[in-house]
Amino acid sequence: MADPRVFRMPSLGADMTEGRLIEWLVQPGDAVHRGDLVAVVKTDKADVEVEIFDDGVIGELLVPVGDEALEIGTPLATVVDAGAAGPAAAPPPPAPTPPPPPPAPTPQPPQQPAPAPRPPEPPAVAPPSLAPPRPAPTRSTPAATTAHVAASPYARRRAAELGVDLARVAAAQPGHPISAADVDRAARSRVAEPAPAPKPEPVAPVDQSTAMRQAIGRLMARSKREIPHYYLQEDVELTAALAWLQSHNEQAPVDARILPAALLYKAVALTAAAMPELNGYWVDDHFVAGSGVHLGVAISLRGGGLVAPAVHDADRLSLVELMGALRDVTSRARGGRLRGSEMTDATITVTNLGDRGVRSVFGVIYPPQVALVGFGKISDRVWDVDDGIGIRPAVTATLSADHRATDGHIGARFLADVARRLGQPEELR
Amino acid sequence: MTEITYREACRQALRDALIREPRAFLMGEDVGRYGGCFAVSMGLLDEFGPDRIRDTPLSESAFVGAGIGAAIGGMRPIVEIMTVNFSLLALDQILNNAASFLHMSGGQCNVPLVIRMTTGGGRQVAAQHSHSLEGWYAHIPGLRILTPATIDDARGMLWPALLDPDPVLIFEHASLYNTSGELEETAGPFDISRAIVRRRGNDVTLIAYGGTLRVALEAAATLASEGIESDVIDLRSLRPLDDETYIDSIRRTHRAVIVDEGWRSGSISAEIAARIAEHAFYDLDAPVERVCSAEVPMPFAKHLEDAALPTPAAVVAAAERAMGRG
Amino acid sequence: MSALAHDDALALLRDMLRVRRFEERCVELYSAAHIRGFVHLYIGEEAVAVGVIPTLSDDDSIVATYREHGHALVRGVSARSIMAEMYGKTEGCSGGRGGSMHLFDAARRFYGGNAIVAGGLPVAVGLALAEKMQDRRGVVACFFGEGAIAEGEFHECMNLAALWQLPILFCCENNLYAMGTALGRSESETDLSLKASSYEMPAWPVDGMDVVAVRATAARAVEAVRNGSGPHFLELRTYRFRPHSMYDPDLYRDKAEIAQWKERDPIPALIARAEITPAEVDAIEADAKVEIDDAVAFAEQGTDEPVESLTRFVTSELGRT
Repeated sequence: MADPRVFRMPSLGADMTEGRLIEWLVQPGDAVHRGDLVAVVKTDKADVEVEIFDDGVIGELLVPVGDEALEIGTPLATVVDAGAAGPAAAPPPPAPTPPPPPPAPTPQPPQQPAPAPRPPEPPAVAPPSLAPPRPAPTRSTPAATTAHVAASPYARRRAAELGVDLARVAAAQPGHPISAADVDRAARSRVAEPAPAPKPEPVAPVDQSTAMRQAIGRLMARSKREIPHYYLQEDVELTAALAWLQSHNEQAPVDARILPAALLYKAVALTAAAMPELNGYWVDDHFVAGSGVHLGVAISLRGGGLVAPAVHDADRLSLVELMGALRDVTSRARGGRLRGSEMTDATITVTNLGDRGVRSVFGVIYPPQVALVGFGKISDRVWDVDDGIGIRPAVTATLSADHRATDGHIGARFLADVARRLGQPEELR
Repeated sequence: MTEITYREACRQALRDALIREPRAFLMGEDVGRYGGCFAVSMGLLDEFGPDRIRDTPLSESAFVGAGIGAAIGGMRPIVEIMTVNFSLLALDQILNNAASFLHMSGGQCNVPLVIRMTTGGGRQVAAQHSHSLEGWYAHIPGLRILTPATIDDARGMLWPALLDPDPVLIFEHASLYNTSGELEETAGPFDISRAIVRRRGNDVTLIAYGGTLRVALEAAATLASEGIESDVIDLRSLRPLDDETYIDSIRRTHRAVIVDEGWRSGSISAEIAARIAEHAFYDLDAPVERVCSAEVPMPFAKHLEDAALPTPAAVVAAAERAMGRG
Repeated sequence: MSALAHDDALALLRDMLRVRRFEERCVELYSAAHIRGFVHLYIGEEAVAVGVIPTLSDDDSIVATYREHGHALVRGVSARSIMAEMYGKTEGCSGGRGGSMHLFDAARRFYGGNAIVAGGLPVAVGLALAEKMQDRRGVVACFFGEGAIAEGEFHECMNLAALWQLPILFCCENNLYAMGTALGRSESETDLSLKASSYEMPAWPVDGMDVVAVRATAARAVEAVRNGSGPHFLELRTYRFRPHSMYDPDLYRDKAEIAQWKERDPIPALIARAEITPAEVDAIEADAKVEIDDAVAFAEQGTDEPVESLTRFVTSELGRT
């Protein structure tokens, strides 16, 4: 309990913790009685006249009038007995200010899961970079651009229980967080051994064409073994396209003239850009979209052999540029001067056997791609026109697609889109 | 087993209480000569007389407070506030007195009071007559909040509420009075603190109470035709909440949809969602979905009102989202 | 007015001085921060509680406001338990859970301690309803300030009590100020008895500074209510010498007005009227000091409720009734 011989800053209201002494109403030596007003204290609400509950004589005023905020209990003056001789007792030291509260512990950031390790890269295939994620839903889901894998809490728990690496799990719907069902599915399909990466076998000291043949053979065999192909076919009318081409070529300089094949490739490139489900790779049980449309162009080589080097970002090349690129890559392919990236970067391949005179080609997909578009020769066909029959130039387009990555209706949309673009040649520029 | 209306079940419950408990009496606006705004107390005045079926003036604060005082003074009053919309006039008595007397007195003065209120919208009675404030009241410690959604509960909840030494608020959704169903005559104590699973399924948990139980059940039927099987939980009590029942369900289904006729923000669905996050976070395969009333005072035009209230279609869509199909 | 027996006068003085000194001690304790929160003092108004409450029987009930220390003391709640309550100790009459504004003693039918202006009136009406419905003869005395008359609940309760002829005595302690608002600034009709009588009940104004007048009027009113004459209303005209609560700056009252009312201090008035000697006064003062010192010491040594039991008293610990 407070020393009654010290007059302290009183409590002056429920929410008052400190006050300012703005006036003394007494001086040392004044006699005071219980209930006398001795000071005026300023609080947030008002200036209050403060009474003393003691009888005696004011000894010493410990605190001068001023603007300093004084806490409740601060000694303000001493009070001595009436008639006490001598100076007032030494004032007790001011109440120590309470120690500042300990700083709140900074919350530890939640443990981030270790970034998912990248799948081991097959040496011959450059690591695919992730396509930009789909537009995020309004709810926060961790962006695919961070290392954090989006998965529901239950999915994480299941993954931990089953020993499944979340980074290798594909959500049933791309762009959605991984669900427990996805984890369960991944756990079940994990039984099959992972596909071996297609890497060029060390060439045995046989002649090169044989080696190439063997490599192609292994690749094609693997493709047929692992990729569940489905095939779609569409006849595409080219009247408008060829008319446009003719008109363009008539006005263009020789080195800017375009072959019909360029239209076909450009149409495929644009469609691949619009339908990324067919433009990319099947890796470790899930689809990885290509970083761009790098059109693989199947080129037969003299002396047998086949390569399908990539024309990078074919969808962004103008038709003239694409024509130039096709010429360039074809001549370099035949000259054996292809670059490594051209060999590994194709995201979808086109094989055009029109020159060979066949009507259609159902090709074999180049793993790890998920689609191959084939074109046969452009020829005049009997065509159904205006309630009657006419003759029109047309080409048969085919799609060989990996059924793991897409279903028929997506493939069908793809071919339909290619056909539509070929019907609007102006847009292929 | 008899077929009766929800209204009739409420009336039977009142009659039963008045017969078994001589200290019980019903007090409220138009409960006597009018027979009750929703006809719940029709006929009771003739049977029990004006002392025990007491018509009050339009003085919610006074007659709710009188219920509190009468309860403290040894009676067992059942106060009827015509609708939750008018209860706001008595909010001070309910919160500062009924819910607080026991505590302020250090345990000396308990308040064995029952307050019945009609609640909910959907009848084009517009902004001031369509509130669902059960969730608001469930915020207050010291009150028990009951939401009978079925005939059985309408019949069975009043007596245990009357026996409770502390204040109990019973909310009857207006849309239920005319519904009918079979009444099971159960012997033995009636538990008013547990939620009940009204339908079983393993894919998603639908949590509802009062007027939204029917919405959830209808949605569950639709979902079943899509191959999605639902647990439908009738909370029955909003305070205390029976966490165990819905958490157990979510541990099995991993997905939850809460159907609440209150306005979404700060509603009881928000409280339940928080508790699910607290207790079942690692069981969730999808974010908790909530289907609540739109944040707008209830409009009058029917199509707008329909759009503002939780519907089975909205619950179906929410469940589909939770299933990853939305 | 009948002659006042001397013993009677001493008893009245004793009660008034006990209340006065108790309240003054609260000022001191509050200034020293032993009591915190809100404290509303009854100094100057003692004649009201001391005049009314002893006219009630043990079977009667009391509902009061947050300015209720005096009412509780006079009703028989011990100074110890009131002081312990103000210190927030478990030995307090509300277990330390209520504080100055929520003094309860169910055994003495003392139902608060209500901090919402006019909030206690409906409860008082309900207690009276319970008396009537159970054919008991108890009277409910409901104390409130004139500020409550502005609240709708006052009017609802007056109407309901009169409509149902309930055994309730409405005691309006008109100290002219509702916190900082003078009566004339808040009521279009400041004749409160007139206003009350419009509810079809007897409404009697009383000089609240004259304890003998208060008692006589209250006795008549209580008897009438008990005998089934329906609710009555007393307007007890009084004045608080201190501000609304501890160190309200009291800027809204004229110091001259306060001084005038202090000249009508009920305690010296009684001493003079009953010719109570200084020796008698000293004896009473000494007893009061002993009682209050004891109460303070008791409170200071009181027990703090363990934090572990924080969530008690939300639901009853009784079984189902």
